[in-house]
Amino acid sequence: MAGPTFGTMTQQGVRWTAEQVLALAPDAASRKAGSKLGAAGPWSEAGSSDEGTVWGLCKGSGSKPYQTVIDVADAGGPAYKCSCPSRKFPCKHALGLLLLWAGDEALVPRAQAPDWAEQWLAGRRRRAEARRTTTGAASGAASGDPEAARRRAERRAERITAGAAELEQRLADLLRGGLAGAEQAGYGLWEETAARMVDAQAPGLAARVRELGAVPGSGADWPVRLLEECALLHLLDQGWLRRERLPDGLAATVRSRVGLPGSPDGPPVRDRWLVLAQYDTVDARLTTRRIWLYGAESGRTALLLSYGAAGRAPELALPVGLAFEAEVSAYPGAGQLRSTLGERFTAPAPAAIRPPGVTPAEAAARYGEALRDDPWLDSVPVTLARVIPAPDGDSWQLADADGDLALPLTPSARSRPGLWRLVALSGGAPVTVFGECGHRGFTPLTAWPEREGEAVGLC
Amino acid sequence: MNGITTPPETPDASRWEELVTVALLGTDRRPAPGLAAGQEAPAALLDAAAVETVRRRAGLRPAPSAARPAPAAEDPRPPLPYAAARRLAMLLADRPGAGGGRRGSAPDLMELLPQWLALANARGFAAPPEALPALLDAARGRTDLRPAALTFAGPRALWLARLNPDWRFALRAAPGGSSDVPDLRDADRVRRLWQEGLFAERVALLSAIRAQEPAAARELLESTWATERAEDRLMFLDSLRTGLQAEDESFLERALADRSRNVRATAAELLSAMPGSALAARMAGRAGACVAVDHTRTAPTLVVEPPHECDAGMERDGVVAKAPAGRGERSWWLGQLVEATPLGSWSPRLGGRTPEEIVALPVADDWRDELHAAWSRAAVRQRDPGWSRALLGTPSIPEAAGPGAVSLAERAKLLATLDADERSEWVAGFIAAHGLSESFQLLGVCAVPWSPALGRAVVDALNIARDAGSYPWSFSGVMGLAERCLEPSEAARLNALTATPEEAEDASPGAGGYWSEAFQRLVTTLRLRAVMREELTSP
Repeated sequence: MAGPTFGTMTQQGVRWTAEQVLALAPDAASRKAGSKLGAAGPWSEAGSSDEGTVWGLCKGSGSKPYQTVIDVADAGGPAYKCSCPSRKFPCKHALGLLLLWAGDEALVPRAQAPDWAEQWLAGRRRRAEARRTTTGAASGAASGDPEAARRRAERRAERITAGAAELEQRLADLLRGGLAGAEQAGYGLWEETAARMVDAQAPGLAARVRELGAVPGSGADWPVRLLEECALLHLLDQGWLRRERLPDGLAATVRSRVGLPGSPDGPPVRDRWLVLAQYDTVDARLTTRRIWLYGAESGRTALLLSYGAAGRAPELALPVGLAFEAEVSAYPGAGQLRSTLGERFTAPAPAAIRPPGVTPAEAAARYGEALRDDPWLDSVPVTLARVIPAPDGDSWQLADADGDLALPLTPSARSRPGLWRLVALSGGAPVTVFGECGHRGFTPLTAWPEREGEAVGLC
Repeated sequence: MNGITTPPETPDASRWEELVTVALLGTDRRPAPGLAAGQEAPAALLDAAAVETVRRRAGLRPAPSAARPAPAAEDPRPPLPYAAARRLAMLLADRPGAGGGRRGSAPDLMELLPQWLALANARGFAAPPEALPALLDAARGRTDLRPAALTFAGPRALWLARLNPDWRFALRAAPGGSSDVPDLRDADRVRRLWQEGLFAERVALLSAIRAQEPAAARELLESTWATERAEDRLMFLDSLRTGLQAEDESFLERALADRSRNVRATAAELLSAMPGSALAARMAGRAGACVAVDHTRTAPTLVVEPPHECDAGMERDGVVAKAPAGRGERSWWLGQLVEATPLGSWSPRLGGRTPEEIVALPVADDWRDELHAAWSRAAVRQRDPGWSRALLGTPSIPEAAGPGAVSLAERAKLLATLDADERSEWVAGFIAAHGLSESFQLLGVCAVPWSPALGRAVVDALNIARDAGSYPWSFSGVMGLAERCLEPSEAARLNALTATPEEAEDASPGAGGYWSEAFQRLVTTLRLRAVMREELTSP
């Protein structure tokens, strides 16, 4: 079979770094297992093509080696195929092969793809073509009977309204008896209420209620935090109950905070997007991945969310510090940065783009302004320019190199290993730091040295 | 609200305090402030609290900045090439602990870190700042890595170590750390630090001076010698080991009369390593009286008459009178005398014979092992290659592998006195004759990368071990060494060995597969080392 000539592929350019490869790993165990396979030993007939395909045979425990092939340059993100039985995605063989490819060009030389790899690629491209031609037609048909959908939405809204009213009652009971009693009540009370909110199909309310349970055990000043969170929950309930009277943008924000699924109906913005940060938060049910993007032309910051069921990595993975051209559409709601990734036109590649930065004072003001559109906001994404990490008692802060103001780090950011990478990168000199700035302080996520240099991930 | 500071005491702040108090006690006990008519008290409280919460958050202001750390010293070294920086991140990411178990055919990256650091240091590259925390963590867990890791890490690592207690070790290990050694030309500061400093600071100071001006260090030590505590005297005396010179003799002679036995023993040991010293001459006299050539026998033979007593003079010269349990005291004394005797004195005493001829002489009455062991210790202490060579003998003689007079550990020490070429030649000969089972310690003293002859000997011996049907993990120590020490260009020759061989009848089941895996790992590691080296060759 001849080399690929389809028009959808893009020139693949530079190989990735090991860190960028490892960021694709679904969990720590895969990262470890993949690292072990990132050496020539078990691999044979490995090769890569200019179009961004990497393939190889990996010797496993059986007699037949696994066939692993990865399409790195696919505009929809890297795609993997491996003949191993693993349910992890990507599997350790795909990670190992990418590490090998990233680490040593001689071990994964330019070559002609073998038939088995070529077949898979051809199939993928055929399906991609088919999707492209049918999307336009399908989007209308998929929504089904509009009348039925409207009735479903109405029924759900009624349930949520009942849930919000019930929650209001619980909050009122709590404040009538006093927060002091909440310390003894413990998690049980909140877990039960959260379950009621799940029944009411208001996952946003349920998540907030569940978090209330942890506040009494969270150290000094917990009554202050509990009152704040109760008050904001009350505000959300009231917002929902009176959503008809709110301006459209705020009403959309309330709907999304309550947990109604929105659809990214903003106009697609085509731009060169720099991947600012990617990090996962894990709870018993769900792994949530947040990816921050910065658009070089539009100057917009966008948040991509992607979920994985417990123990499985979210599918979307983008290497920090690289940029790619793509369309991004925003979700509805005032002050909402959540977006969805549409068509991608190029594969992520190194770029000299850096987001413009502000001072600590401007960052704090930016958070305050953002609360106007969304009072439930915990933090906003901000890039700080010319700040110096400085120790401040048990904690650290990011101090304005040209002023006398500083943003303290959030308590959780103090204990992360990324803090020391940031301090080391700075060496007492100003750095540029991207992170989340909110009422708990600043969480650094990525940093750049003052002079030229690559982005250093901190999460 | 512990993140950003709130505006100081204002009417709003006291209003918030009031809301918190009411919330804590409950609206049943406390009236909610500002309750509008017809409103439920809890709802009114929550309304007010929501307004206050958003108001407080929106009004947050940055904190005044704390004292900033003084900037780290510039690192003038050129930055690492891109590929090498990526490689370093990979080596550092491979921490032991997680995973574990069988390594399969993947290389042990952490074991390559020492080599990588040595190469990077030889080429004078600066460490990428963001890699310093991982580098310091690695050095914290492995003391053997510290010197090279800290050299590579450079000034910014010391700067970091002052900010993180986990990395304090870096300050202790590095000169110019917390125990700042002053400019040695500043006589006043030196003297003050010597007189008032903490013990660790004083040891560091003494060692620093000894390295530059041996005589000045001795004089400094003499100036306070009489008032030092016994255990401190011992440590200080030990630091004279570096740069030992004839001028130290009179001071060391006086230390032979020290109150502390350990100090006396150390002084005697140092003196015996100076062939021209009076102590060495006294020892030579004593030992010489115990060993002689008997010409009355059919062949010239060494006869040994060990000392009958350990007199006060011997004790003063560091001979320990009391033998350890299970050893005859006369042979114990003899061993100490011979060990402290200059090896050069034997040839004149024993008929002008060369070391080889002396070692070859038969020894009467089973004294051979005792005598040869003592000479070996002397050859190591006095770093005498001539005698080492004689005592090591030809590597291929059968006795060389046996549990003879000279243990493997002793032999490794003897080898260390020879130059690198001779060392690896001897070990190659040893392995060719005796295989790998006893070779681990000996290989450990050979220069890295191994010479072609030594590398070939090891690979051939591994091949023979495989054909003999044993399992590779019987040789895991040597395999590990080979991964780190074989010249990377040997990889090509090894390729043929990575195939799984037909299973022989008498072989251990499955051994062939494990061997091919072990050889694969070896080849992979060698390739990786070659790549590592290439990456570190600028630009």
